Amino acid sequence: MNLTSKATRARKLLLLMSSFLLAIPTLGSEEPTVRVEPTDSVGPRALEKQTEDAVVRGYLQAWQTMRQALAENRTDSLDKGFVGVAKQRLADTVQDQQKLGIRTRYQDHSHHLTLLFYSPEGLSVQLADNVDFDVQLVDHGEVKATERVHTRYIAVMTPTEVRWQVRFFQAEPQ
Amino acid sequence: MKRRLLLLLSMLWLTGESLTFAQSSSLQIPKKIEAGTAFSVPTSGSGKATLYIIGPTQVLRRDFQLGETVSFESGDLHNAGHYMVVLTGPSTETTQMDVVPKPDPYTMSFLAKPSRIPVNLSQGISGVAYVFDTFQNLILKPTPVAFKMSDAAGGTESRTEPTHDGVAWVKMNSAPKAGPAQFNATAGSITEKRVVQQVPADPCNLRMTARPAGQDIELQTDPVRDCTGNPVPDGTIVSFTENYQGKISTVDVPLKRGVAKTDLPAHAGASISVATGVVLGNEIRWGGGR
Repeated sequence: MNLTSKATRARKLLLLMSSFLLAIPTLGSEEPTVRVEPTDSVGPRALEKQTEDAVVRGYLQAWQTMRQALAENRTDSLDKGFVGVAKQRLADTVQDQQKLGIRTRYQDHSHHLTLLFYSPEGLSVQLADNVDFDVQLVDHGEVKATERVHTRYIAVMTPTEVRWQVRFFQAEPQ
Repeated sequence: MKRRLLLLLSMLWLTGESLTFAQSSSLQIPKKIEAGTAFSVPTSGSGKATLYIIGPTQVLRRDFQLGETVSFESGDLHNAGHYMVVLTGPSTETTQMDVVPKPDPYTMSFLAKPSRIPVNLSQGISGVAYVFDTFQNLILKPTPVAFKMSDAAGGTESRTEPTHDGVAWVKMNSAPKAGPAQFNATAGSITEKRVVQQVPADPCNLRMTARPAGQDIELQTDPVRDCTGNPVPDGTIVSFTENYQGKISTVDVPLKRGVAKTDLPAHAGASISVATGVVLGNEIRWGGGR
């Protein structure tokens, strides 16, 4: 067998594999696009640019930790992004997923953030996120479905020692 | 080459078909339910199937036989949010649904700041209320929240604000009279209470008198009060300063029973002043009259 025929076979194999890859729905891990609406007024307290950046950074990190927790059924990563009710609910979801033998993969494609409210004493920031993401359901290792979702989340962030974290997280009805 | 292209196109077609099928749902599930409400999903056909309701804050799974009605009891699906619904069996169907908060407030997170504030400060007290339903879902539809501040002298200040995306806030004035004020927030049938301690503001019209006491001068302030007449708390430091021929002596004295007093050496021609914090009082020139 000469080198030319080996190369031809390899190309055919590569083509076949890439065709299969196209046919199997997978969720990539690309970074989402993020747009933040200009903040003119967020209620009773002026929001400094540094605070705004820290809030946005904390929120996006929370999404990362949520993705990881729900895909791997681990609650330890939630500490980096969530506190309070939000953390408890996600931890409950992870536990339920473990019991049911399922995992869910969330791939956020875009976030369009609007900061809505900065409380007068500086202890909470509320934001809205028009987000596009894919959800993939995996039951006992088998991909059951993948769905594109567009929704608006309302999040309440509170400052902790080192970062802003999500204390409340809820999707609005469409 | 043609065969490769055909293979690639057929794979793409298969992918497209599966996506189209997944999106064209005949799943008879309510598009929107109130949190915690019982609901059921009628199904048709035969064979084993599984229904999943998937969201970041809650997941549910039910195994059943097609043709049965899948029932969800009251309280089963209680976290408000947007959910993906998947039915797997002989084929797979997906759709989406919303769970909305119950409309009646059940709990409220009410933060009143600060807990201590000087009297008579305009817009000095803030109140922020987040309103939740019985399942700790944030009630996003506008809900009126009544804020009421009642001071020790019986004065009240009230305002009602609707929530925006679940939160309402106000700023209130502190009362002219020192003492505890009760700050209430009421939404529906629930009321949260906080106490804000209103303390005297900075002293106003600080004044001292002097009289000879042997080799010394005895200095004493009038009762120290703020501008609305509240006595400044004992322990507040008052400074008496004597300036005699360029030599300055200062004595810091805490208020006791509302007044501060001390003795300083009596030097004819000395000038003596009194101050507390940033507030200056009167000045006395000893020996040459006041």
